[in-house]
Amino acid sequence: MKPSLSGLFLLLCAATPVQAGERYFVLQSTTSVQNSGLLEHILPLFTAQTGIQVRVVAVGTGQALYHARNGDGDAVLVHDPEAERAFVREGFGVLRCEVARNDFVLVGPRNDPAGIRGLDDVVDAFRRIAHSRALFVSRGDDSGTHRREQALWRQAGIELGVADTSWYRQVGSGMTATLTIAANLSAYTLTDRASFLAFSHRRELEELVRGDPRLENLYAIALVNPERHPRVRFAEARSFRDWLVSPEGQAAIAAFRLGDERAFTPAARCDADTGSRR
Amino acid sequence: MDELTTAFVGAAALILGADPALLEIVALSLLVSLSAVTIAALLGLPLGAVLAALRFPGRRVMIVAVNALMGLPPVVVGLFIYLLLSNSGPLGALGLLYTPSAMVIAQTVLVMPIVVALAHELLSSLHEEYDELFRSLGLRPAAVLATLLWEGRFGLVTVLLAGFGRAIAEVGAVMIVGGNIAHLTRVMTTAIALETAKGEIAQALALGLVLLVLAFTVNLLVALFRQAAMRLAYG
Amino acid sequence: MALGQPILPLEVRDLMVEIGGRRVLDRVSLTIAGQGTTVVLGPNGAGKSVLLRTLHGLVKPVAGEMRWNGRPFGPDVLSRQALVFQRPLLLRRSVVGNLVFALRPRGLARGERQRRLAAILARFALEALADRPARGLSGGEQQRVALARALVLEPELLLLDEPTASLDPAATLVIEDLLRRTAAEGTHLLLVTHDVAQARRLADRVIFLHGGRVLEEAPASVFFTRPATREAFLCLAGELPT
Repeated sequence: MKPSLSGLFLLLCAATPVQAGERYFVLQSTTSVQNSGLLEHILPLFTAQTGIQVRVVAVGTGQALYHARNGDGDAVLVHDPEAERAFVREGFGVLRCEVARNDFVLVGPRNDPAGIRGLDDVVDAFRRIAHSRALFVSRGDDSGTHRREQALWRQAGIELGVADTSWYRQVGSGMTATLTIAANLSAYTLTDRASFLAFSHRRELEELVRGDPRLENLYAIALVNPERHPRVRFAEARSFRDWLVSPEGQAAIAAFRLGDERAFTPAARCDADTGSRR
Repeated sequence: MDELTTAFVGAAALILGADPALLEIVALSLLVSLSAVTIAALLGLPLGAVLAALRFPGRRVMIVAVNALMGLPPVVVGLFIYLLLSNSGPLGALGLLYTPSAMVIAQTVLVMPIVVALAHELLSSLHEEYDELFRSLGLRPAAVLATLLWEGRFGLVTVLLAGFGRAIAEVGAVMIVGGNIAHLTRVMTTAIALETAKGEIAQALALGLVLLVLAFTVNLLVALFRQAAMRLAYG
Repeated sequence: MALGQPILPLEVRDLMVEIGGRRVLDRVSLTIAGQGTTVVLGPNGAGKSVLLRTLHGLVKPVAGEMRWNGRPFGPDVLSRQALVFQRPLLLRRSVVGNLVFALRPRGLARGERQRRLAAILARFALEALADRPARGLSGGEQQRVALARALVLEPELLLLDEPTASLDPAATLVIEDLLRRTAAEGTHLLLVTHDVAQARRLADRVIFLHGGRVLEEAPASVFFTRPATREAFLCLAGELPT
């Protein structure tokens, strides 16, 4: 009835495939680059060129940076410049490069109860939503998008108290789930463009405010500092970073489309202060 | 309704088409969960027997604790194992995080309380029945434990099935310690979570149906095996 | 080691047993010696089963003394006893598997084990059933296996706790016949029963237990013809015609 101990040993070994000589690294990424399909599009190109496998752990930006601080993962691909700079400044990360950009979009129901359609000042739009107490759905998960939304509330001078649940709902979910909830509640929400393009019920929500520079969404890669975590796969992670900012990598990003729209704009720019290391 | 139909059609296509990506995920799901149940069985069944047959200080507390741990949320187990296996954690040097081994460990921790608690429950009633016989024959404690496990073997199979059900169905723990890495740590449940996050509800449901078929098949095979074995043992 | 030394005669003096704060045996004194069948007779609740279990070490007395051929109770005494329960308590394995199970703690040499198994199967006419699953047998057959499991240990003293209480008359007669032969071959039987007719059929000596006390201890011929106490007289009078 009980399998022998050697059988158990076999099981354990089988559960840990050890491909001898396989080169790989672990990328802690934000969910939007995975869920939109960008990584699925560009990673095979990178692997074909370098032979390096990329093991993607897709979580929110906050969680990705937390994992990276613990040395779990070799690089991060996230979208919160302020947090990324802190990550580098505190010595956890090195060699940060911006690699792509798109924008956040303020979307909402077609009847637009707060009357924000066509505004080019997103902070003004946020203020109007708060004052009209129109329903707003927030990610509420410490993701890059959530952090940006909170920054915008702060700039609008809106204090979100505990009593505001009558119109402000934190759902603690990923972008697609949040969009689904917003569509079902006829609520406003802030989304990154790629997730919105990939959202299948897009017709129930409308893009209402765009083009404000404060809605810029920058994706950047940073490597985990090998001096802090000696076991990281620094060389593999670095080749990926170098490839992403190279003409081939940038072209791969530019070629990725959702429907007939380009979801990410290539944007290679490496921070000067860490570029010289190694 | 539209998505439900799509899901059933999609599930049928996935199963009948023997989609290689699906097979890979199914194989890993089975490997991880069966490994976890095997380890939980090797450790948990004897522990259940010890709690059923032996009397020692702290036994009552252990039984209460094990019963309480049955309700442990998988996410909590995942976080706990993550902190252990993290490169900044005490076992980081093993390099197990984001590997199937980490998933096996997490599921073992999840399944173990179920195996111990249910085995204890089952073997306690057996022990009550046979206690005087064992003492009359002068059995040593080790022999008592082995006999209880063997006498309870048919019921214990059901215990292990309950553990397998919990393992194969949970998503929170394997998501955190496995990372849902494609071709490496992606199992049925984390794939379902990913498809849901991508908004591919029909695909997620289709995978859910495949998972159901999988669990059903495992249970059916075990039931048939058990029936045959019982016929041999009881005549 | 006193292993291998006889455990009879047994002398019990002022044995007291309490279960859940209730006195179940009260200053029980008795002697068991020589060969033959001693029947512990008494109404339900007299403490018969508890007495048997105490002699077998399954129940600890709170006071009193048991001297087994001069020695206190211990593993060596237990190893020269065997107990047959009211229910067969067979394990989920074959008939011969159940017998092997009983022998294993004795750590016998393989040859000796085979000899005993073959002998007991033949004596109990169990050869045809040897490989059958024990729990699939009839009640009478199961109790026959339980008796064989006790006797394969070759005990000096065989304790029996109402072994035929749940059997039909035919199966009861088969078991009684086997018991008679066992006693004739030199094993002392200590049989607990509330069945007066069975006691008449099997007893050489009778210990009459009532309310946790030994009221009479006498040869069967004396006890059944001239009971000394009113309680024993009533017990015998209440016997159904056989």
